[in-house]
Amino acid sequence: MSEAPPSKASPPTRLTGAEIVWAILEGEGVRDVFGYPGGAILPVYDALRKYPIRHTLVRHEQSAAHAADGYARASGKVGVVIATSGPGATNLVTGIATAMMDSVPMVCITGQVSSKVLGTDAFQEVDITGITLPITKHNYVVTRAQDIAPILREAFLIARSGRPGPVLVDITKDAQQGTADFDFAAAAPTPHRPHPMLSAEHDALAEATQLILSAKRPIILAGHGIMESNAMDQIRTLAERLQIPVASTLLGLGAFPASHELCLGMMGMHGEAWVNQAIQQSDLLIACGMRFDDRVTGILTSYAPNAKKIHIEIDPAEINKNVKVDVPLIGDLREILETILPQIAPRKDSTWIRAVNALKGDAAVRDIKNLPDLGHLYAAHVIHDLWRATDGKAIVVTDVGQHQMWEAQYYKHESPRTLITSGGLGTMGFALPAAIGAKIACPEKEVWVIAGDGGFQMTSAELSTVVQEHLDIRIAVINNGFLGMVRQWQEFIYEGNYACVSILSPDFVKLAAAHGITGATVHKRSEVLPAVEAARSHSGPFLVNFLVEKEDAVYPMIAPGSALDEMIRRPSNGHTPLLETSEEP
Amino acid sequence: MLHTFVALVEDKPGVLTRVASLFRRLNINIISLTVGHSERSDVSRMTIVAEAAPGSGHRIKASLFKLENVLDVDDIGQLSCVTRELALIKVAATPQTRTPIFQLADVFRARVVDLAPESLMIEITGVCSKIEGLIQVLNEGDNRILEISRTGRMVMRRGQHTSRVLDAMRLSNSEEEPIIPVTAASGDADGLELFSGDPNHPL
Repeated sequence: MSEAPPSKASPPTRLTGAEIVWAILEGEGVRDVFGYPGGAILPVYDALRKYPIRHTLVRHEQSAAHAADGYARASGKVGVVIATSGPGATNLVTGIATAMMDSVPMVCITGQVSSKVLGTDAFQEVDITGITLPITKHNYVVTRAQDIAPILREAFLIARSGRPGPVLVDITKDAQQGTADFDFAAAAPTPHRPHPMLSAEHDALAEATQLILSAKRPIILAGHGIMESNAMDQIRTLAERLQIPVASTLLGLGAFPASHELCLGMMGMHGEAWVNQAIQQSDLLIACGMRFDDRVTGILTSYAPNAKKIHIEIDPAEINKNVKVDVPLIGDLREILETILPQIAPRKDSTWIRAVNALKGDAAVRDIKNLPDLGHLYAAHVIHDLWRATDGKAIVVTDVGQHQMWEAQYYKHESPRTLITSGGLGTMGFALPAAIGAKIACPEKEVWVIAGDGGFQMTSAELSTVVQEHLDIRIAVINNGFLGMVRQWQEFIYEGNYACVSILSPDFVKLAAAHGITGATVHKRSEVLPAVEAARSHSGPFLVNFLVEKEDAVYPMIAPGSALDEMIRRPSNGHTPLLETSEEP
Repeated sequence: MLHTFVALVEDKPGVLTRVASLFRRLNINIISLTVGHSERSDVSRMTIVAEAAPGSGHRIKASLFKLENVLDVDDIGQLSCVTRELALIKVAATPQTRTPIFQLADVFRARVVDLAPESLMIEITGVCSKIEGLIQVLNEGDNRILEISRTGRMVMRRGQHTSRVLDAMRLSNSEEEPIIPVTAASGDADGLELFSGDPNHPL
């Protein structure tokens, strides 16, 4: 039927632009793409059969972008998404913005109308490079077949280099149909332009080392950059050498093992109160690959007032953006830590870590496994039991809202890339499609979706994709009949005026059944573990609909405009079950 | 305060949009933006003057660097540099009223470049304050200004300074990029003026 795909080592071969697209993807090591065909991308889809690349057909282009995003986050590789022009391209926008905010490497290929009619409002024409200008790291319009190879290769370089991010390549239909000589090696991008701001200067390194050595109450703030820079070992070494506790951002969870004695867990708006108190009391913050997001700092004027701040970050535009830092170290986190670590001799002084542990008091330890079953089902129970059942080893893909914060609090991640969540943009509807990408990236791993009843309905059409692609994904819907986080804000900040947050859902188990997916509904605590085990032992996808307490809130919480240590705590009246209990005697 | 940036950018379609869009996203008003060829055929040079908070220079510079088409950025800040702007000013003037305008132009070392029965056009080059000075005295007289077109500011640092990035690119390129020959300057006496004060100062 067709000739064999050209080897990338062979001398120039004459290929169509569409074939060049796949040949470049193959050469860049891409094995999986996510997409949705349409008129202006038809030549590319026509050429797919000649190349050993798996295409996952989604039900909406937004899901293709989230799936490529989940694939990239789970694997560390570049996610690839393909869509047609016009609505296909605009449907990608939310997914691209999600990846941009969380620095996820992604290449988005969109079809475009023929260059001859570009700019004439042709059928399904949209200025997608204009639309995505502020939400991509870079984007291109390609109008000639011979430009596809060098531009696509440059797109991959840009997506994965420095602070990663999405790159969009918009290819006109005539460029896909035209032909050009193809030579993978010759299309290699020129080395990235020199960046004079990207250098951790010698003086700053020495100053940072000195600050680290002389600090009495240091804390490492662990961010997503640790995973992007593959600096897990270096962070651990630094923490262990000087007994420095490690607090994590939402996207940093997993970069430092949760079971480690120096791990404090998540900081910020829904972090443990004592973790935030420790940050407020510290005398040195070593911020690693994080960007002092407003969800992490609380009000800036009173943030860690007595702490010197070292900011190790690859993006110079993040320095002093939110928090004024004393020593910025701009560059690759692992390289910088490797320069600093030889100057750091081990020291066994546990005064500070003992003081931090003392801050926990008895309201802090979230050990809920021995709580009596009072008949109510709380999301915290579900996630805690899910953590126990999976031994903390599953890849958990969350949606956005209360369940996302409970996941961050109760599921203890031991290894990087096991929590996949939309942190910066907070995109509801992210979980199911991103889990599709994560499962395709890591077929041997157990993948759980945790989603609320609101967000799940935004992309629940992807259940069809799960079945069509034979993906063994487990889904936990945390169903409280509300848009829970919005409801919580309305309860706390808008005097309980519940405006448009009560949401009706279909019977999710029947919905799953309609797709050929087995499911179960859970009402009681005692049913949680059996349902989780049933899902785990089932061959094929499985959905559990957890009907949880309707008006539970995520505690503790920093109200907007409050300081980091002014947290709203769970009220301890008799009606609320204690989710925060003291440690077992 | 006024910030002045010189950005060396790839000479490609859409680059101006990316630069302008960045200032829009940061909610910073651009006072003037000039673009033209640089000494390299594939590199354009932009001078951007923007009104922004005093401490924001670093972040704007770093954000400009994040644009893939931007090769080098210089935050002029308080550095010693030459600042120039060119303006064309069309003034209503009849043969009877021309003479005082000629005299004003002479004082400002401006040139009359077009003469029509009802109007004349003045070309003036210099720092902003000089151009504004001419406009002011024209307005203070009985003259009616019909049109003003100003280029916006261009700046160049004094002394040996050149772009480190372009220097590095030049060294790494085996083939030397052709340098565009620069035609001799028109002997404007202003070129010798020593301007070492604050370039952000309106004068």
